[in-house]
Amino acid sequence: MNLAWVLTLGALLFSIGIYGVIARRNAVLVLMSIELMLNAVNINLIAFGSWFQDKLAVGQIFALFIIAIAAAEVGIGLAIVLMIFRNRETINLDEVDLLKW
Amino acid sequence: MVGAFAAAAEETARAASGTFATDNAWLIPMLPFAAFVIILFFGKRLPRKGTEIGILATGAAFVLALIILVGDFVGGGGPLVEKQLSWFPFGGSFSLGLGMRIDGLTAVMFVVVTLVSLMVQIYSTAYMHGDKRYTWYYAALNLFTGSMLNLVIANNLIQLLIGWELVGICSYLLIGHWWEEKENSNAAIKAFVTTKTGDIPFVIGIFVLFAAAKTFNIGAITELVEGGHLSHLTLTAAAILLFGGAIGKSAQFPLHVWLPDAMAGPTPVSALIHAATMVTAGVFLVARLFPVFEASPEALNEVALIGAFTMLGAALLAMVQDDIKRVLAYSTVSQLAYMMAALGVGAGNAAIFHLFTHAFFKALLFLGAGSLIHAVHSNNMSEMGGLKRVMPTTYKTFIIGSLALAGIPPLAGFWSKDEILTEAYRFGTGTGTAHGSASVALIVYFVGIVTAFLTAFYMSRAVHLTFEGDYRGHGHPHESPPAMTVPLVILAALSVVAGFAGIPGWQSGFGAWVGVGGETHVPSASIPLILISIGVAVGGILIGRRLYIPAPEREPLERLGFFYKLLQRKYYLDDFYGAAIVRPIRDVVSSAMYWINQNVIDGLVNGAAAASRGTAKGLYNIVDQKVIDGAVNGAGIGTRRTGGFLKYLQGGDVQRYAAYLFAGVALFAFLFTRFG
Repeated sequence: MNLAWVLTLGALLFSIGIYGVIARRNAVLVLMSIELMLNAVNINLIAFGSWFQDKLAVGQIFALFIIAIAAAEVGIGLAIVLMIFRNRETINLDEVDLLKW
Repeated sequence: MVGAFAAAAEETARAASGTFATDNAWLIPMLPFAAFVIILFFGKRLPRKGTEIGILATGAAFVLALIILVGDFVGGGGPLVEKQLSWFPFGGSFSLGLGMRIDGLTAVMFVVVTLVSLMVQIYSTAYMHGDKRYTWYYAALNLFTGSMLNLVIANNLIQLLIGWELVGICSYLLIGHWWEEKENSNAAIKAFVTTKTGDIPFVIGIFVLFAAAKTFNIGAITELVEGGHLSHLTLTAAAILLFGGAIGKSAQFPLHVWLPDAMAGPTPVSALIHAATMVTAGVFLVARLFPVFEASPEALNEVALIGAFTMLGAALLAMVQDDIKRVLAYSTVSQLAYMMAALGVGAGNAAIFHLFTHAFFKALLFLGAGSLIHAVHSNNMSEMGGLKRVMPTTYKTFIIGSLALAGIPPLAGFWSKDEILTEAYRFGTGTGTAHGSASVALIVYFVGIVTAFLTAFYMSRAVHLTFEGDYRGHGHPHESPPAMTVPLVILAALSVVAGFAGIPGWQSGFGAWVGVGGETHVPSASIPLILISIGVAVGGILIGRRLYIPAPEREPLERLGFFYKLLQRKYYLDDFYGAAIVRPIRDVVSSAMYWINQNVIDGLVNGAAAASRGTAKGLYNIVDQKVIDGAVNGAGIGTRRTGGFLKYLQGGDVQRYAAYLFAGVALFAFLFTRFG
């Protein structure tokens, strides 16, 4: 298998994630985009793990860690989004701009 | 500073090191100095207003002094311990040192100074109670004590001079303690200026010695003198000039005028000045530099003659005083003159022995007088009388002090006075090796006998006027509190026993402890001379008793006519000084100086001030307003503008931040792949 193809897939996924984070106005979609980016990283880790043939399977272990952390992150993220929606009747990120000068 | 001294202890300079106590003798002056600082800064906040610090420090110093004296010098011939640290290095091999020289003389002076100071401080807790500068008084007492101890411990003349001048300034502070009354502050100024008059030749004398010996170190000077390396003329000049300082400090004629006026201070201070600190400094100086004086018979004769002259003149003055403190003051002048005369005939040990015993009974008499004054609220004996019934402790102790001063055996004053007279007679009749001239020694002997008679007489007069007869004052006098009577009892006990230290014929007695100028002669008693001394003392007392019991209506001495008037006016010496020195200076020199001050100096000062003001104004307008303020304001304005511009970057839009973040990452990724 060619490593480059897999890495290209990861890079594409990551770029789509970035696009989603920057361009989407809906907070839930932004969170989903972040998941895409994390999964892109997972693909890279597994690709390199398989490429180097390491006995300890570090790439796969790290991928599992990241999945766990992504679950926790998305839990907290959704909770924040829920709280924002309860308070402001919206989850449009353009309107959530209190943290400014 | 303490650490510096401790370091100095390592730096042994000249002699072998001594015992633990002598090695740490520098603590003795340091303790009162430390107490002074503590009392000055924290005294008022302490429960007993700082007195406890002073008493504790002086008590500790006394214990150390006693250990040194008893451990090393009683029984004779302790080691000479000298240590110093370099204080002002001047380049080359010469440096000013801060050091200590512990020998028998130092050890005896330590005990005298710390003991009397301790007694005075305990006594003052009652005597000065409720005084508005109570804490300051104790601070000054401790500074006074520390200064005197520094003078005593000094191993070089500059350090000695520092102690000497500090003692002077402390006496000024304490004599003028109640400065609200003009009279008291005048007395303080008089004491200061009069002693300073003597200090001028003193300082010149130090530098004459330095110019010849190229060192200030007392031990080195002594060696040079004894080795005959200094010329006779130099030594005579130096000795006479140094003696000028001693005349001022020890109140010898013609600079004795300040001492009676110094009675304006609180009575315990008088006790301290008269018994231990200040006035004994002059005698100590001559004893310390005794080899210098010994090398010059002319200087010794001068010392002896001034001593003889002063002892008689002051004793005569003491006869006619009404103020009990003035009686004691003139008595001090007279007794100091005894010591000076003894030094002058070459009997240094006898002089220091008299200093030692005199310290106890004169402190006792002054503190006793203070007790009387405390009870009657007057210094005048004409307002006392009959006090032996109401003040038994004061009476008994005062009697002991008076008998000791009059020279009645076996009290302390008898032994020391008799030793001086015996030595003077011995030198005068040529059975001893006279240092000065034999005829001068003989003069000292005869004047000493007359003075002994007068001493007994004026003390008898004072005792009878105060304690016998009927009370002539106001109010109801009562015995003083224990804080005052206990020191009296202690000093009375010492006045009884102190004389046995130098009992004639004891080979390792007082003379062997001190050994002034390396003298080892042990005085022997001569029965006829002792009988003469006792005879004149008893005679003086009996005549006093005959004249003053019952208390006479008129002063019997008034029958002396013109002579009485002369004494009352203190030989017109104060009037003479007033007319010849004070008034010309005040009226002519002072007004000239005032004119110069007003027109020349003030002009200069005002001109300088105006010029500075103009310059300052210009500087303010240009440098301060434009340059410095410009820089400061510019920095402020610049920061504000930059902030105003940059704040729009923070728009609250999280996604834009994310975009910046990714742009940054992309940029770094590009840079690292391209150039990394």
